[in-house]
Amino acid sequence: MAGRITPLPRHLHPVAWWVWAIGLAVAVSRTTNPLLLGLGIGVAALVVSAKRGSSPWARAFGLYLWLGVFIVAVRVVLHVLVGYKFGTHRLWTLPSVDLPGITLLGPVHLEGLLAAAVEGLRLASIIVCIGAANALANPKRLLRALPGALHEVGTAVVIAVTVAPQLAESVQRVRRARVLRGDGGTGLRSVGRVALPVLQDTLDRSLLLASAMDSRGYGRRVEQPPAARRLTGALTLVGLAGAAVGTYGLLDGTAPAATGAPMLVGGLALCALGLWVGGRSVRRTVYRRDRWGGPEWLVAASGVVAAVAMFAQQHRDPMALVLPVDPIGLPALPLLVVGGLLVAALPAFLAPDPPRPRREVRG
Amino acid sequence: MSPVVVLDDVTIRYAASPRPALRSASVVVEEGELALLVGRTGSGKSTLLGTISGRVPHFTGGHLSGRVTVAGLDTRTHRPRDLAGIVGVVAQDPMAGFVTDTVEEELAYTLEQLAVDPPTMRRRVEEVLDLMGIAELRDAPLRDLSGGEQQRVAIGAVLTAGPRLLVLDEPTSALDPVGAQDVLATVTRLVHDLGLTVVMSEHRLERVAGLADTVLAVAEDGTVRQGEPRSVFADLALAPPVVELGRVAGWQPLPLTVREARRAATDLRDQLVTTVTLSPETATPPTHLADGTDQGAHPTAGLTATASAHAPTTALQATGVTVRHGEVDAVRGIDLSLAGGEVVALMGRNGSGKSSLLWALHGSGPRTGGEVLVTTPDGSHTDPADAAPRTRRRLVGLVPQSAPDLLYLDTVAAECAQSDHESAATTGTTRALLDRLAPGIPGAQHPRDLSEGQQLALVLAIQLATTPPVLLLDEPTRGLDHPGKEALATLLAHLTTDGHAVALATHDVEFAATVADRVVVLSRGHVVTDGPAREVLTESPEFAPQVAAVLAPVPLLTVAEVAACLTTPPVEVSDDPAAVSDYLEPDGRGAR
Repeated sequence: MAGRITPLPRHLHPVAWWVWAIGLAVAVSRTTNPLLLGLGIGVAALVVSAKRGSSPWARAFGLYLWLGVFIVAVRVVLHVLVGYKFGTHRLWTLPSVDLPGITLLGPVHLEGLLAAAVEGLRLASIIVCIGAANALANPKRLLRALPGALHEVGTAVVIAVTVAPQLAESVQRVRRARVLRGDGGTGLRSVGRVALPVLQDTLDRSLLLASAMDSRGYGRRVEQPPAARRLTGALTLVGLAGAAVGTYGLLDGTAPAATGAPMLVGGLALCALGLWVGGRSVRRTVYRRDRWGGPEWLVAASGVVAAVAMFAQQHRDPMALVLPVDPIGLPALPLLVVGGLLVAALPAFLAPDPPRPRREVRG
Repeated sequence: MSPVVVLDDVTIRYAASPRPALRSASVVVEEGELALLVGRTGSGKSTLLGTISGRVPHFTGGHLSGRVTVAGLDTRTHRPRDLAGIVGVVAQDPMAGFVTDTVEEELAYTLEQLAVDPPTMRRRVEEVLDLMGIAELRDAPLRDLSGGEQQRVAIGAVLTAGPRLLVLDEPTSALDPVGAQDVLATVTRLVHDLGLTVVMSEHRLERVAGLADTVLAVAEDGTVRQGEPRSVFADLALAPPVVELGRVAGWQPLPLTVREARRAATDLRDQLVTTVTLSPETATPPTHLADGTDQGAHPTAGLTATASAHAPTTALQATGVTVRHGEVDAVRGIDLSLAGGEVVALMGRNGSGKSSLLWALHGSGPRTGGEVLVTTPDGSHTDPADAAPRTRRRLVGLVPQSAPDLLYLDTVAAECAQSDHESAATTGTTRALLDRLAPGIPGAQHPRDLSEGQQLALVLAIQLATTPPVLLLDEPTRGLDHPGKEALATLLAHLTTDGHAVALATHDVEFAATVADRVVVLSRGHVVTDGPAREVLTESPEFAPQVAAVLAPVPLLTVAEVAACLTTPPVEVSDDPAAVSDYLEPDGRGAR
């Protein structure tokens, strides 16, 4: 591959895309500067449009964008309805309703409205970043990267995901059948008439699938001695408890330092050990395991760079990251953060393309 | 080396079942054999297959006595998952057994479970992709494949593990003829080129009888008879049409394929050519062939104006029907008319628009353009799509592909009562219809526990309770065994004598040959052929029933017709047209 600018088409390791997206999400979660938020959304959209595959969830990115628009709208409406109205530039006045502890409607000011809109935009950008990860990394491939002990849980999730569209299909089929018997197919009474055949259908399918999976070797495992099983349970349980306490310590500033990061790290380590011990009894291999190579490092790092740049800016000049609303002013454009976000756009040009399906999907 | 499958005096009894599903069955399948499993629905075929894969009793429960060994391993001590590398199991509906969502991952799944090392796994997957001819589909989502491709992937997915035995449970029953041919060709190649041992059950015997090395016939009481195909088929009630023809004609040895039968039929053809074709003045079906090409365009060409209680009236008239699903034009401007007392078979490959057309004619499915008019009993014309669902039922009845979707109550009696209520019929109407279609179903039974044929009968009875002048059936023979199909054919004959117009979409050529007056062949939403059944079916290589293929150019479609011709002195054929029609169409519809 030496000398090639763009590597051969292949699926990137899904974890790389998730690290990238989480980095970007962390970055945008730290700011209410609409310029930076817009840039973050733009970067996510650019990378998705350049590197998404042909799977159904890759086509769902548009839905996340609409979800973002919806979130901003809801946030603004909520502000008008129940929000804390502040500011000096009055836009309009609605009749106010005083309830104990809360005031509905009332005067709306430009400052308050802008603050609500950028708050909504911030949440929307986080959602868009997660949507980008979903569009770029097949969630099922992510499950394949799970440790062996979680393999069976992973399979269950995959099947649940597969069953959902089948369920929708059988609901549609049964409803059409109801119409054949002269039922309108709508109304509360028809729910039971549709639910029963659909449930029966689903049960039949589950049994068929379970039997097929059994015949194909699912659930073959080496018998573990009871002591090993108990050890797995103890390690995982203690580890999880440690991780919970650690998270609490980290978030609560008044807790002693020892219950923070060290507790969290120790707990997670115990969990990992438990998974490893439990996973020893699962004897299976993975077909074409996703590789973690140069492009993966690059993609993951670019997301992390965006987050780090944001933290650095926050340390240096936190005011540049917020939209000044009281009094209203123009947002700043901190070059450090812009640079970080632009680095996060690099995967759009440097990451390998996803493989194209050789056959068009039939209608 | 020991035989691949040995069943030694095996009896299987499920809890709450009065009789054993298998009764002292002893079966031996040797290395490299293709064993064909035949028997009526519910006779224990699936139980026998499950026993071989270890699914019975490990997965299903039940009590097994006797001994089952597969490749030398006793299924008593080996669960299905322990046999995963030795026995490959392929189910009827491939989609129901898929665990992953792309072709390549599905092929690798068993190997992953068996912990095969990655380089070997990669090599085997590539080999099987080529072997099954699905290499160009490797990245395709499984849901987007056609039925035949899905079934080939399902077979490939068990082949990667390198099994010694392949167990196939009616692998072609959910496929159109092309997909079925694909799958059977693949199975044949596996047997002939790889020497794989295969145990396969199949309803449509005409497709597979020629491939079998040994036949396992499961009787209704659960006993199993094993033997060489010719000897078993010689006196088995379930036999493909060529075998029945061979029995009627007294051929020895019995033919199993069209090729064998055609070679044996030289004399019979000569004899039939003189008795059947050389009577041009009669109204026998051959006349259609002689002068019938221009009749193909005429909607009622299949009807002969002989003495009849019901003059052929147009029951349904469709003009320019168009159906569009998203960006796909499923039906593109089809004109179709159905006459009272006529059975029209809609044929064509999957996706040719048969189902969409039926739903559009019924008025419940989408219709983008065109007009459908049904003649109501009082003589006026109504578009069923404009009617409310309740009124629509009185005009057109439709039995969908998955008929049990219409059933939702917990006893047969409750379903019948509800149906009488819905259709405002007098109490007992549905039950009376049901008893006529499938007598003796206890009212307290749960509809889901009925056999497929009985369920179909119940749904038909419900749809007929409103006595609609037009009845539409979507793939009614799916899941029906041979006697079930015969019962359905008799029922359709009754309906037509009552003056109902019937249209059915089907892939089953042999069934169409038995019941249809007219055949309409669709392709990509257009009508390709519309003509009398005898003409269309005998002329087409794809749709020719076995008897027609054996006897061509003699235009006979079923064994019953041949038998009638053989027993009728030739003199009568030319003398009495009505009598010939009676003979040629033994269910009496010819006497219209």
